[in-house]
Formats: sequence, C-alpha cells, structure tokens
Amino acid sequence: MSATEERVSGNGHVGRRMRRKEDPRLITGRATYVDDMNLLGQLWCAFVRSPEAHAKIVSIDKSGAEARDDVFAVYTGDDLDLASGLPMAWVPPGVEVQTPEHWPLARGEVKHVGDPVAMVVGEDRYAVIDAAEEVLVEYDPLPAVTDPHAALEDGAPLVHESLGTNKIHEWSLGGGDLDAGFAEADVTIERTVVNHRTHGGAIEPRAVLAEDRAGDLTVWSSTQVPHFLRLFLALILNVSEERIRVVAPEVGGGFGSKLQIYGEEVLCAWAARKLARPVKWVETRSESMMAQHHGRDQVATVRIGAKRDGTVTAFHTKIVADMGAYLMLLTPVIPSLGAFVMNGCYKFPAVQTDIVGVFTNKMATDAIRGAGRPEATHMIETCMDQLAAELGLDPLEVRRRNFIPAGEFPYTTALGIVYDSGNYQGTLDKLLEHLDVDAFRREQEELRAKGIHRGIGFSTYTEICGLAPSRVVGPAGVGLQTGLWESAMVRVHITGAVTVYTGTSPHGQGLETSFAQIVADRLGVDPEQVEVLHGDTSTGPQGLGTYGSRSLSVGGEAIARATEKVAAKARAIVAHSLEAAPEDIEVQDGKFIVKGSPDKGMTLAEVAGAAYIPGDQLPPDLEPGLEETAFYDPENFVFPFGAHAAIVDVDVETGKVKVVRYLAVDDCGPAINPMLIDGQLHGGIVHAIGQVLYEQVVYDDTGQLVTGTFVDYALPTAAEVPSFELDRTETPSPTNSLGVKGIGEAGTIGASAAVVNATVDALRPLGVTELQMPLSPMRVWQQIQEAQA
Amino acid sequence: MIPPEFDYVAPESVDDVLAALRDGGEDAKLLAGGHSLLPLMKLRLAAPTLLVSLGKVPGLRGIERENGSWRIGALTRHADLQVRDELGVIATTAATIADQQVRNRGTIGGSLVHGDSASDLPTVLLALEGTVTLRGAGGTREVAAADLFQDYLTTAVQPDEVLTEIRLPSQDGWGGAYEKFTRRAEDWAMVGVLAAVKKGADGSCEDVRIGLTNMGSTPLRATAAEEALRGGGLDVDAIARAAEQAAEGTDPPADLNATSDYKRHLARVLCRRALEKAAAA
Ligand SMILES: Cc1cc2nc3c(=O)[nH]c(=O)nc-3n(C[C@H](O)[C@H](O)[C@H](O)COP(=O)(O)OP(=O)(O)OC[C@H]3O[C@@H](n4cnc5c(N)ncnc54)[C@H](O)[C@@H]3O)c2cc1C
Repeated sequence: MSATEERVSGNGHVGRRMRRKEDPRLITGRATYVDDMNLLGQLWCAFVRSPEAHAKIVSIDKSGAEARDDVFAVYTGDDLDLASGLPMAWVPPGVEVQTPEHWPLARGEVKHVGDPVAMVVGEDRYAVIDAAEEVLVEYDPLPAVTDPHAALEDGAPLVHESLGTNKIHEWSLGGGDLDAGFAEADVTIERTVVNHRTHGGAIEPRAVLAEDRAGDLTVWSSTQVPHFLRLFLALILNVSEERIRVVAPEVGGGFGSKLQIYGEEVLCAWAARKLARPVKWVETRSESMMAQHHGRDQVATVRIGAKRDGTVTAFHTKIVADMGAYLMLLTPVIPSLGAFVMNGCYKFPAVQTDIVGVFTNKMATDAIRGAGRPEATHMIETCMDQLAAELGLDPLEVRRRNFIPAGEFPYTTALGIVYDSGNYQGTLDKLLEHLDVDAFRREQEELRAKGIHRGIGFSTYTEICGLAPSRVVGPAGVGLQTGLWESAMVRVHITGAVTVYTGTSPHGQGLETSFAQIVADRLGVDPEQVEVLHGDTSTGPQGLGTYGSRSLSVGGEAIARATEKVAAKARAIVAHSLEAAPEDIEVQDGKFIVKGSPDKGMTLAEVAGAAYIPGDQLPPDLEPGLEETAFYDPENFVFPFGAHAAIVDVDVETGKVKVVRYLAVDDCGPAINPMLIDGQLHGGIVHAIGQVLYEQVVYDDTGQLVTGTFVDYALPTAAEVPSFELDRTETPSPTNSLGVKGIGEAGTIGASAAVVNATVDALRPLGVTELQMPLSPMRVWQQIQEAQA
Repeated sequence: MIPPEFDYVAPESVDDVLAALRDGGEDAKLLAGGHSLLPLMKLRLAAPTLLVSLGKVPGLRGIERENGSWRIGALTRHADLQVRDELGVIATTAATIADQQVRNRGTIGGSLVHGDSASDLPTVLLALEGTVTLRGAGGTREVAAADLFQDYLTTAVQPDEVLTEIRLPSQDGWGGAYEKFTRRAEDWAMVGVLAAVKKGADGSCEDVRIGLTNMGSTPLRATAAEEALRGGGLDVDAIARAAEQAAEGTDPPADLNATSDYKRHLARVLCRRALEKAAAA
C-alpha cells in the first residue's frame, strides 16, 4: 500500500494514473518563470526594508543612492500617487474590523521588520541591491509588542496609534445550546492549543516584471491570483481594467503565500508606468522569510464537555489570533475558515468559536495551506485524544461514538453547515485494514522494555473547501467582497486539437494533466492533444485563481460543463451528418458514433472541419465554430475527509521525535488521477509534519526575526519523513457533476494531530499527557522533565 | 542574497597566492570551497574586495599515509574524506556534514580556518590532536590543534597565511565514533561528541580522547570525562560515570534550538553513546 490504485472510467482517461504533462518542461529546465524573462530596456528594483520592529521614520537620505550612475530613481512613501492602499477583502456584516491604512511603502512609521521603506530602481540587480544600502534611513525606535496576549493588555504599545487598540475584531460562530451541553456533560476538559506561526516556503520566491506600452500595462507575477491582481492594480493605479494584462507564467509553488496582493507588485507596475521602462524585481530568500505573509499563529482555549461514554455534548473554542502588523487580503478571515468546521466529523450538538484578532509588530498572517482548518482540526483531534484519556477509553472508540453516521448525509451541523457527503467510519475501517492496532500495542510493550518509546496517534478529519458558493461567502454572507465561481473556455481547433482555458491558476499541482483528462474523456481525444492554458488575463474569460482546494471541484467542474456544451454541439453536427438523432450519438474509442453502430462515426477533427468550414455537414441553424464558455458557481462547499495514523519513535533521553510510519486513507471523491492525489497528500502530510516537528517562525521579544534563513527555519526534507502508506475511499460529492472534492490541503489539515497524538502516546508511561507544537527535541525533553518532576 | 562587488583571481602556485594576498591588502580573502565564505558574503556579513581562489593551485588536494599519520591536503573535500574507510572516525564524521552537495564543495582546510565551533572537522582535529601547516611570506609553521582555535570564528591563521596541509594521527588501534545531534539530517550540530578509545590488551581504557562540538566558542576537549575513563574499565557503568562529566567546565551559549542547560545535557548523553560505540568498535 504505497500508492492508491487506479479505477479507470469513461473513455479511459479519467481515473488513470497519467504522468504529469507539465513535467518534461519543468524537469528539463525549459519552463518560463518570471525570472527567465527579460525585456528590452528593462530596469531592476530593490527595496529598502525596516530593520526595526516599530519605529518612526525620522528622515530618509536618498542622495547617496541617487548619485550613482546606475540608479534611475529612488522612491519613498511620499512619492507615491496611488488611488488607494493595499486591499483587505473581508467586510463581515455587523462586525467591525479595525483596518489600518497599508501603503506599499511605509509612511511615517514602520510596523515590522521587513516593512518596505524605499524602492530603488536602476540598471541591474546588483546595482540596485548595492544602492539600497546607500539609502540612509534614520529611525526613532518605538516600543514593539510581539505577544498577542500582551498586546491586548491595557497600556500595551499600540501597533497603530490611530486605532487606539491592538484588537482587530471579535467574531463568533456558534450553534446549538452550549450552556445546556456543558450542563449535561459528565466531564469537561479545558486546555490550551497553540498553532504556531509558519512560513509558506515555496521554492520560487516572489518575482514581478511590469511593462507599460502606450498605456497598456502588462504585469508578469509569480502569483496564485492573476485576475484579482489585475482588478486591484486597476483600482490602486486608477487604470481602466481592460488596459491591464496580468500573467502568472510558471509559478514555483505558493502554498497560499502567493494568494496575496503585495505592495511589491503594485510598486513595479507603478514605477514601470512612471519611468516608461520595464521594471523587474526578484525577491531574495531573506526577503521572502520576512516579507511574505506568514500563516497560523493562533492560541486557543478549548473546552470540551462529554458524557462518560465519550459522547461530546459541547465544544467551545476561544481563539486569540496574532495577525501581525497589517491586514492583508484575507488576514482577519482566516481563523473563521476554521470555525466553519469546528464540528469536525462529529455530531457535536453545541459548538461555538469566539475569535479575537490582534495586531503585533510582526509580518501579517494570511492563508497558508489549509488556512484556519489545520488549526481547527488540530484543536479538535488533540482534544478528542485528551477526552479519551480522561475517560479511560480507546481514542478510536470515542471518535466512532461521535461520528456522523454515513447514512445521515447531507448532514447539517450544529453550526448550520451542510456537509454534502461523508463516510468517516469507512475511511477509518479501511485504515485499520492496513494497521493492526493490537499487534502494534504488543510491539510497543516489547520495545518499551528495550528502552524504545514508540507511539501511535490518529486523526479523523473533514474539512471545508472548494471555495466557494458566492452567495454564502460573498458580501451579504460571510462578507468576502467577491464572488468565488470559476470559468472555463474550451476551444476545438480546426485540426481537432483542443485548447482549454481555466480561470484557476495552477502553480505546481498538476492541473494541466487532470483537466486534460476530463476534457479528453468527453471529446474522444488523447489528453496529450489537449492544451490547458491558465494564468493569463488576456487569453480567456475572468477567473479567480487557485487556493482553498478549489481548482478541481470548482474550476474542473466549469471545464466539464464547457466541454459538455462543446460535446453537445459536436453531437448535433454528427447527428446531422450521419442522419441520426443527437441523443443517439456517443463518444467511443476516439470517435463520436451512433449508438450501436461503431463503424458509423466522426472524429473530433472531422467534427471541427464541419464546424469551421460550413457546408452540408453543419446544420443550418448552428453557428460555425466549436468553442464554448461556462461559468460555474457551486451550490455548496465540498468536504473531503480521511483517517490518518502516525507512528513515532521518541528518543526520551534527547527528546527527538521521528515519524517511522505514516498511513492515511482519504476520500476526495472519484479520482481523476490517483497519482496527483498521492502527490498532494505526500506534500500535505510533509507540510504538517514540518509544522509539528521542525518549522517555526520565531521573533524575539523586540520583534527581530530570528528565523531569517532556511538554516533556522527548518523545512523537512526527504530524510525526515517515512515513505507514506496511502489508500482511498471514494464517496462522490453531490455538489458537482464530477463528484470531486479538493485534496490540496487535506493532508496538511489531517496530519498534525496524528503526529502529536502519537508522541503523547509514546510518552504517556512517563507521565506526559499533552504536548504543544512545535515538538522540537528540546521542548519535548523539557516536557518529559516537567512530567517527571 | 547578492554579495557586494568583488574581484577574483586564481593564481597557480602558493607563492602567487601569497603575493595576491599581500597585494590585495586586508580586504583580500582566500576562497576554497566557498561554502562558509560565500553565504556570509551573500548575507552581506562579509565584504572582501578580492577573492583569491586556491582552486588552481596544484597539489593541495589529496590524502596520503606517512609514518603512522595522515597527510591531508587543505583543498581535500569532505566528500573525499567520507569515502576513505581507513580514516575511521575522520571519515564517518565528514559524512555527517550537511548534505552531499555541501560535502562535494566544502574543504577541510576551509572548515578548519573558518573555525566555526558548530562545525564538525575542527572537533576532529582537536580531539585527535592533529596539526596544520601554515605558509606565509615569512615561511612555514606547524600549529597544533590546541593552539589553532582561539575564539568564535577566530583561528591562529593570519590573513596573509595559507593552510596547506593537515596531519592527523592514524586511527590504527583506536575505536572512534562521532555522535552528532541535529534536528534535520542536514543541519549543523546542536551538540556533537567525538570519542576515540584505545583499548588495552585486557580491554581496559589505555587512552581516550573526547571532543565537543558547539559547546563553546571553540571546539573543546571533555578532559574531566577523559580522565575519569583513562586507565580504568570500559564497561557501561564506567562509561556512564565518565560521560556524566562530559559538560564539565563548559558554558555553551544558548541559541534558537537549545538552552545552555539542554546542550550540557545533550553532551552527557551523546558522550555516553559515542564512548559506547567507540569502545565496541
Ligand atoms: C548549507 C550548509 C550546511 C553546512 N553544514 C555544515 C555542517 O553540518 N558541519 C560542518 O562542519 N560544516 C557545515 N557547513 C560548512 C561547510 O563544511 C564548509 O564547506 C566549510 O566550513 C568551509 O569550507 P570551504 O572550503 O567551503 O571554505 P570557504 O568558504 O572557501 O572558506 C572559509 C574561510 O576559510 C578561509 N580559507 C579557506 N581555505 C583556506 C586555506 N587553505 N588557508 C587559509 N584560509 C583558508 C577563507 O578565506 C574563509 O575565510 C555547511 C555549509 C553550508 C553551506
């Protein structure tokens, strides 16, 4: 069980473990990233960033930099003539969110280390980076606040003096009778759950190239959201949207860190217009550590009430979310995304989440893989284990007693969220087919006698993704100032080759392959013949990008629908040519045939010929051409789920934890390409293991960033993780015609609690009953010492 | 991540290297594998105006056996060391450095001159009581390991000197082990302990050497632990008792991953493990 199996359906393409179409160009170095592009007359820019966590800018002396022959311009906040600052897109009805001004270059004050203060534009990259050191900024340091609880206290230094408070907002989501739930409980457990700050760590840092030709602005950016970027550039630069083209060429990963409208993107575009020369910027790794938005950083107090038999009666979470110094695109809404699934996969009758957002003098937080749901799942799944321990029950039995039964879907949770589908018992059963827990317990005993502390931990999760039904999340609902539908255009060329345009913006997921499989199946062509274009606002209809595990379940569904329209027209043409009824035409073996007579048929190329060179074969009432567009707004989210198990060894003398086995059974509906699912799960699980054991963004008390390089910010490598044992169940989602649910974030959402629970399990004989991430060797060692004291 | 401007020369003899250093003045720096120097330059923590590469000087790379000791050229890569089994703990320690890419470039000479107490080869030189040969305008001198490492990133090598060769005693008759404690496989040591044990005919500890990585501003010897063991038995209890003294006299600076106390604790645990392995080897 090292990889999940294939179940091929349709015309042999969907369900196939097809190799990624995008890989040859990527692994031979022939792909085009922004840094591979250079334009005639191009200038480079670099940013002068604050070394202070909080300070008044007393003066900026640009004369040294300006005096250099290789420097064209040095800009500061005062030089910018922008129509507005950087966007924050959440306006929840009835909730006040303290939203400070956020300019691409600081005005008057800097609020965190890395805050941009000046922009230097010059001849080449070396020149501008040297020149940036010659911009002399005098700072008057102000007290900094880095701890969110301290920031909420009276008299704490204010990150934004003008707001009069560090509290950003209070937001709650609840359902069911919480008081009654706790009153009814036989036991109530309260504990703190920390989800520390992390960094996205995409292999390609940010990069921007902007050019203005006669008022037409083109911006190439390593972004997950080219269409949003175009919209906001139009608003911020006050340029009519149709005069702007944004292209996300090859993008080397994002993990949410490129779901953002960054000041550097705006500044390159602004300077390119101002100087009438192309302007390029490629971020250094040091910059990306300090100035790409971070993720997580929530401290929760979780109360769980339950009956003696383990039935949970109430679940209440109070979250203090450290949001850093500014509110970026989605900063304050991220914890709320977790609140929507605070029911987990359980029938909790009463659930409430209360969130307080707090400013501190750190980089802003925003979406990083899972965005709120990993935090929520970690809270739920570590507390389920605590509850089991408290009651002396098997942690899996406690879960089973609370599962929403497979027969009760669609299921409306206490929070009013409709889980579209699920079979939690099913994934757990399948997991246990691959894992003999009793045998493990015997082995565990034997190993303990030899001094090896091995533990097992589980996590059963569901999550909410496929962002998103616009009416639910939009202005009148959750309050996002956008719709979140997706679009697709399918164009059959005269030769029968197919181009698909998607408004999603793949950046490493392999969507060119899965999308081609969907289209090829429906049009009777080879997926290799289907080209998938994305990330260019000028080549297709509007789109909304890639994040929130939406690309397949929303973008893929839009493609399926556009393809269906093309297929319908093709059927009409074939029916007309072959004198049959359109309903009798079907695709088989690469041809549109008349049902039952496989010898009578037309290939897609023949259909295209008829469509583009109208003659007898094109029905007189049909337009020529073979190209269709579809927009799809989902009616609901989708809810992938799974059961994960981690087995870890803890070196109790040193505190070092090693994951020795990891099994996961996930359900994201019928597989379009099982290999891509496995790949997403591998990455997702590693991401979670990284957070649990290795990664943490650390600021010291004065707001200095301690983890400024990949030496200190420890991303796990292949040497740190075991070979994953994966399997699947397939419960179709009723929400879309493909039955699919997102899988890009699920691994990260499910895995962290399994690893922590396993470590606690290993250490229980030593008196350890709970552990807080990150489980670095020293912290684990210290927690063992405390338990033994 | 972009270094300041610098010039580059690659002379073809040690004499020309010395001349280039002299002409370059105090802002000239030698370049070997570049895996300590270039990161510092990219982070703009070092800004030499001239790099004098050793890469084209013949005869500086190689490993030879001579009269019971190893002569190792300064430009010998970590990767060259790691594949020579007869080097014993020298090879196994080299194999723990970073990852293969770093080992393919980094040199033993660069590592020793850089003198990072978190690096592994300085501990090897100190524990095994090796020496280095330095050539300067004024001639050649031998410096013993104990005199080489002076302070944090500071060695006895003068800016106008070139380290040409390292001598390490052969490990015949010795058992050795290096216990390197890291978060990830590729990391620098949080703490490292090198133990070399020479067993007498009766199985007792005839001689022992214990080196500590990242326990101070330079690599250190765990002399108290050595003394506790030397001349006595090598049973697990004796080893455990000696290892208890591994951190004696050390005051390791706290860092992101470890407090001073935790490092001292690790030194004791790792010392026991290294001694057990060395005694069994
Ligand atoms: C990602 C990474 C991880 C690493 N992890 C480890 C680790 O775990 N353990 C470890 O021990 N090391 C580690 N290193 C450091 C690595 O081993 C370096 O290669 C080594 O420390 C320096 O050797 P070098 O040849 O690269 O020296 P260089 O960087 O070229 O030079 C270092 C210094 O020594 C001087 N110098 C070099 N050669 C001579 C000479 N012959 N005579 C006089 N002066 C000279 C230079 O002028 C410079 O000041 C790591 C490095 C990197 C980049």
